[in-house]
Amino acid sequence: MSAMPLLAHGDLNAIFAWRQDGPISVNGYLADVHALAEQLPAAGYLLNLCHDRYRFAVGFAAGLLRGMTSLQPSSQSPETFRRLLDEYPDLVALCDGATDTQDLPRFEFPNLASTGKTTPSACIPHIPVNQLAAILFTSGSTGLPQAQRKTWGKLAQNGRAEAIALGLDLNPHVLVGTVPVQHSYGFESTFLLALHGGCPFWAGKPFYPQDIAAALAAVPQPRLLVTTPFHLSALLAAGVELPAIDILLSATAPLSTKLAAEAEARTGAPMLEIYGSTESGQLASRRTTDGAAWALLPGVRLEQSGEETVACAGHVEGRVPLSDVIELLPENRFLLHGRHADLINIAGKRTSLAYLNHQLTAVPGVVDGAFFLPDEEGPDGVTRLTAFVVAPGLTARQITATLRERIEAIFLPRPLVLVDTLPRNSTGKLPRNDLQALYIERVGYGRS
Amino acid sequence: MSQAAIETLLPEVAELIVSALNLDIGPDEIEPDAPLFGDGLGLDSIDVLEIALVISKKYGFQLKSDNEDNVRIFSSLRALTTYIATQRSK
Repeated sequence: MSAMPLLAHGDLNAIFAWRQDGPISVNGYLADVHALAEQLPAAGYLLNLCHDRYRFAVGFAAGLLRGMTSLQPSSQSPETFRRLLDEYPDLVALCDGATDTQDLPRFEFPNLASTGKTTPSACIPHIPVNQLAAILFTSGSTGLPQAQRKTWGKLAQNGRAEAIALGLDLNPHVLVGTVPVQHSYGFESTFLLALHGGCPFWAGKPFYPQDIAAALAAVPQPRLLVTTPFHLSALLAAGVELPAIDILLSATAPLSTKLAAEAEARTGAPMLEIYGSTESGQLASRRTTDGAAWALLPGVRLEQSGEETVACAGHVEGRVPLSDVIELLPENRFLLHGRHADLINIAGKRTSLAYLNHQLTAVPGVVDGAFFLPDEEGPDGVTRLTAFVVAPGLTARQITATLRERIEAIFLPRPLVLVDTLPRNSTGKLPRNDLQALYIERVGYGRS
Repeated sequence: MSQAAIETLLPEVAELIVSALNLDIGPDEIEPDAPLFGDGLGLDSIDVLEIALVISKKYGFQLKSDNEDNVRIFSSLRALTTYIATQRSK
């Protein structure tokens, strides 16, 4: 069986990551990986919940060496943990802080004596390309989380393809990410890009604008900021003084041309975007201010039959139907024309109305209920969901408390409106216009 | 910073949270010592960034999370108000 190296660095003394107390070399990283691999308990699946990006990287690779598969759910709710444990009883949660893991088997990230030290002759491990390296989860339209299985060969290829598309293969930048490393975009653009694009990364996950400025200042140029439209607009609005940035990268939700132009004017850096999905991996990139067309990453193909577009080839696992409406252009380029109506994207977190409605109607005492996304305010703002619920005897607060265990906070209805009945039509469907009318009547916020 | 000054500032910060987040409750419905996250007001990290932005504009300082105080600062309306009172430059 063929294998691919854990990482593509040619020089073992090259810098692999930057932490608060300075750089760690590729050698130092490999030493930590081997040390952790010896200590990890025997389990088939690793739920790597490390907050620190470097510790995540050590845990992921140590798991690979032990033949473990990394489980990467889209949320950390108690309901998600229960489901994971049901499905993968042979899992262990790797934690580096005060994460509440309910009753999951748990392993604390140990103090590795080797951290920062270098071993003289470490060699780069090779991993079989067909090894199941990770399972990323999406919330499927059936209401059940869908497991997206990723083999090592495809993940490594994704990292390489992104590096080439962004021009980093010849000119590596230091990556500073505001997104979690466990979710697909952060996983690809701060971890796989580090392993197979040769880009060192900042171990922290800066949150406030001032934190982002401090993290950038802590690493040398050239620097690449891996962020989202929401974090980026907060950063620009705060008006903090920013260290030099050489490339800006955004994904998870469409970026407006206005925000892209403002970001470029403020930083002098090109504002690049990545298009992809957890199911397909990363598919395309563009510089937002150059126009609406996307260019496919090397090796990837899109095929269309009727309304449906399928991604395949390159680092895509199998044939993946896409949930966006796409217009193909010559020379491996395409345009995006919105997404199918059931899908919800709030500040880059994705789910479907079907999933949310399933969770809502599963709350004991709820007779009927439906989530509703009001018309969005602006491409870079955050619009919150509303829910209309029929639940005699329950208060909105009680229902919200139960929902909080089942769905992520960002999808919680704001507000949750109790009603006597939902405006279902004769076929049982809820026309959007009727929900919109109900929204204006009961919520409104001064809208006409 | 005196307790009286913090008491005076509480309604102002409550109003700021409600208007920044478009919450469908009145500012006086936020209990000063109830948690802002989880079982209390149910805020999330998107809200925290929104609040941080209006705080920086109104009170003239930037929030940072490089210390362990971050969780404590947002633990309740009173904790947030106290922090603003000690950090504000305008």
